Parts: sequence; C-alpha cells; structure tokens
Amino acid sequence: MRRREVVSGRVAGIVQFEHVGLRYGQGEEVLRDISFALAPGEFYFLTGASGAGKTSLLSLLYLAQRPSRGIIRLFGEDVVTLPRARMPGFRRRVGVVYQDFRLVPHLSVADNVALPLRIAAADEADVAEAVREMLAWVGLSHRAAALPATLSGGEQQRVAIARAVVARPELLLADEPTGNVDEEMAERLMQLFASLNGLGTTVVVATHDPQLLRRVTAAQMMRLADGRLLDPTGALRFPPARVSMA
Amino acid sequence: MSAATARVLDPARAGRAMVGVLAIMLFLTLLAAAAGIAAGRGAAALGARLSARATVQLTDADPAARAAAAARALAALRSSPAVARARAVPRAELANLVAPWLGSAADDPDLPMPALIDLELAPGEDALASARAVLARVAPEAVIDSHGAAVAPLARLLRLASLLAAAVAVLMVAASAAVVVLAARAGLEAHRTTIAVMHGLGATDTQVAGLFQRRVARDAATAALVATAAAALTAGLLVGPFAIEIGASGDNVALGARGWGVLAALPLVFVGFAALVARHTVAHALARTL
Repeated sequence: MRRREVVSGRVAGIVQFEHVGLRYGQGEEVLRDISFALAPGEFYFLTGASGAGKTSLLSLLYLAQRPSRGIIRLFGEDVVTLPRARMPGFRRRVGVVYQDFRLVPHLSVADNVALPLRIAAADEADVAEAVREMLAWVGLSHRAAALPATLSGGEQQRVAIARAVVARPELLLADEPTGNVDEEMAERLMQLFASLNGLGTTVVVATHDPQLLRRVTAAQMMRLADGRLLDPTGALRFPPARVSMA
Repeated sequence: MSAATARVLDPARAGRAMVGVLAIMLFLTLLAAAAGIAAGRGAAALGARLSARATVQLTDADPAARAAAAARALAALRSSPAVARARAVPRAELANLVAPWLGSAADDPDLPMPALIDLELAPGEDALASARAVLARVAPEAVIDSHGAAVAPLARLLRLASLLAAAVAVLMVAASAAVVVLAARAGLEAHRTTIAVMHGLGATDTQVAGLFQRRVARDAATAALVATAAAALTAGLLVGPFAIEIGASGDNVALGARGWGVLAALPLVFVGFAALVARHTVAHALARTL
C-alpha cells in the first residue's frame, strides 16, 4: 500500500532543489541553477553524458558536500544550513550505492552489509537477520564471510547495494549501479530497485546506459547536460499530484 | 558502539611504532617519577632525622670550669621540655673523633678538648630556640649547633632533584600526548576512506572518535604493561638499594606505600589520558569536515 502526501495540489517533495549551484574550489560551476523536486515513492533516472554532473548532483543529495549557492531541502528541512551534528540523522535516511562501491576492505561481506545497522546501534540479533535476508536478496548468501577483494566486480556491486538498502532508507541513490554487471544481473538489480521502490522508497539511479532506462518503465527522467538540468515542461520542478492515495 | 563495529578500523594498520614509543615514554616517566618520589622522601627523611639533633659545645679553657658548666648545662637541658634526650659525650668518644688527625696524642689526658652534649630535641619548631634560651641562662658561653642546618644544603639539593624529576615526568607526559596526537592524525589519514564511508552511512563524529579512542587505549594499555614491567624491574634493582643508603629511620623503602601507589596509578592515568587525547584530536579534526 503506497501513501503519498499531497500539499496544495502538488506532491510534497522528499527532495527540493532551488537554484542550486556547485563549484569545486575556485573553479567554474559544475552544477548550475538546478531546481527540481523529487516526489516520495517515485523512481527517477538521472541521465547525462559522462561529466555532465550526475555524481556531483548525487553527492549533494547524500550530503557529502554543501552547494555553492541555492537551497536544498531534504525530507522537508533545509540541509544547506543544517548543523553538522544533525547530518548523521539525515544520512541514515539515505542509502547510497557508490560508483566505486566503497566497501570496507578488511570487513567481510556480512560485516559490510551490517555496517549501517550497527552504526544505527541496531540489536545484533536484528542485524544478523537483516543481513541474512539482504544477502539472500542479492544472491550472495554463500559469500557472507568473504572479503571484498575476493569478489568479482559484480559481486562487490551487489554487496554495495545490499549495504545501501539494508537499513530500509527513504531515499536510495545509486551511481551507475549496473556498470560492472552483465545483462542478466543488471536486469535483476533493477528489479531489486523496483521492488524496493514498490515498498515506498524513492529511488534515484544515475546512469548513462540507455538500455537501463527501458527496464523501469514507470521511472521519470532527469537529464543533465553541461551542469544544467533539462526540464522543458517544468514537470521536475513542479511535479504533478498524480497520486493522492493508493 | 559494538565490538563488531570496532573492527571497522583496519587492525593491520595498528600503530606498532606508537606502542613502542609510548612504552619508552611511559618507562622514562615512571623512572623520573620514582626518582622524584625517592629524592623527595629522602630529603624529608633526612630533614626529619637531623633537624631534631643538635650538639652543645663548651670550650672554657679551664677544665674544672668547663666540666662545671657542662654539668649545669646537661642538668638544665634534661629538665627542659624542649629536649627529648641529652647525653654528655664521653672524653673517650671525643678522643676517637680526633684520633684520625692526632693519632695516639688524642689519648693524652692533658689535651684540651671541648665538652660536648648530644641533644635530641622534642618535636616542635621552637625546640632549638628553647634549648638555646636554657643554655643562655646556665652556660652563656656554650655554643649549640643544629645538625639540620649542617645538612640543609643536601636536603635542598634532594628537594630540587625531586622537583626536577617531577618536571621531567610532566614533560614526558606532554611528549606522550604529542605522540598520541600525531598517531591519531596519521590514523585519520590512513583510514580516511573508511571514515568517509562511515560518515556516509550516518556515523556521528562521536562514533568515529570512539573507534580511535578504543584503538589508542588498547595500544596505550599494551605500552603501559611493557613499561610498567620494565620500570618495576629497574626500580627494584636500583631504587631498592638506594633506599637502604638513605636509610630513613626505620623506613627502608625509598618509595613508600604512597609512592608505589602513585607509580601504580601512573600507567592507568596514562592510558586514560592517551585515549582522551586521541578522542579529542579526532573529534577536533572531524569537526572541520562536512
């Protein structure tokens, strides 16, 4: 059962960007005047050529950096001026699948997947159960004790995905999540994302793989080009209240 | 944070060098502290033992008058509450004292020698002054010398040595803190990627700093064990005999129970201090990140 909150005829955004810009150091802006809103429970593809700014945009979403200008609201709160001490609470509500996986190399697959739950001080019995379930979900139960270095690229990617979703985040961000897997696994991973989305998680998948876009037909497109978000109809900035309750 | 999460920091990158450096630092700190305590106690024992002793000297050229004055002085001093014990030094004992210089002539009964009275003063700062006042009444020509005054420079030297040792111990602790700060910063650099992952997953600064605190506490505890064993051995071999040399009246342990207690507590304080320094250093460094 999915429930979406409607405010003033528009869906209340789980994420809102208003005229956001990002520059590294004194360089030129890599993101320019980005404005959009992500509706809760939706599935988004973030596309664009390599270097268009997809990873930078995601890094703003998972609070790895603050924008050079503009306003970002996450779960209804302004996170640009958010005190550092409150950031962990927001980060725990966001799952991230990094392009380079970022697994902790000396921890086993199971311990890597368990990390978000242990950081959140979950009960060890619950952690074990959740990790078992998640590893089964990504088909890696038999590699629970293995170290990341002994896994293939695709297996590492699945561990990264399991770690990103094990704490049931409200927002899941995936940066090129199928870049290291074959067709069959890519299909399977997208089904995993779609099923998670079906449980109410808002999913944003950054990709430049056109094949991937066809795998989730209900997904909305966000296209970046040269640091700008292409939104000719304004639908991304003002998402229509398509669903009020289901 | 659970023990499982504590494994997040790569154990293969544990600072063995830091354990070694901390062990040496703590060993030297313990030795400095032991030396300081021993010197301080030695100075106190020396002062306590000798400040209560004095010698009265009567030098009248006439043997009969000298003997009479000595008898008056001895009687008056024995009846004074400022004096715990008074003893006339026998002539034979005096002869023994000067024998190294005079040889057999020291035994000559015609050799003019002063009359000496050994005093053990009663407790109290004004005992010497009281004894002096008593002598002024019955034998004004008598001279009284405090033994404490004679050894005062030595006692001062021991106290200075004690203060210097304390200063060295404090400097060693400061240097140890600097080592921990450097090690914590190096650890942050070495685990930068892992820390970034933890932050990304919602770890707080307190959680991350706690990991380093735990790591440093473990390393410092290892160092403390090694240093304490080495220091105990050294103190047993060196400070023990020294205790007999200074032979504080009946107290043949230079460090004393309190001194040993301080030395036993130092490693524990050291471990706690190192852990706190590590935690503060890491928390301070993390506060500058997003």
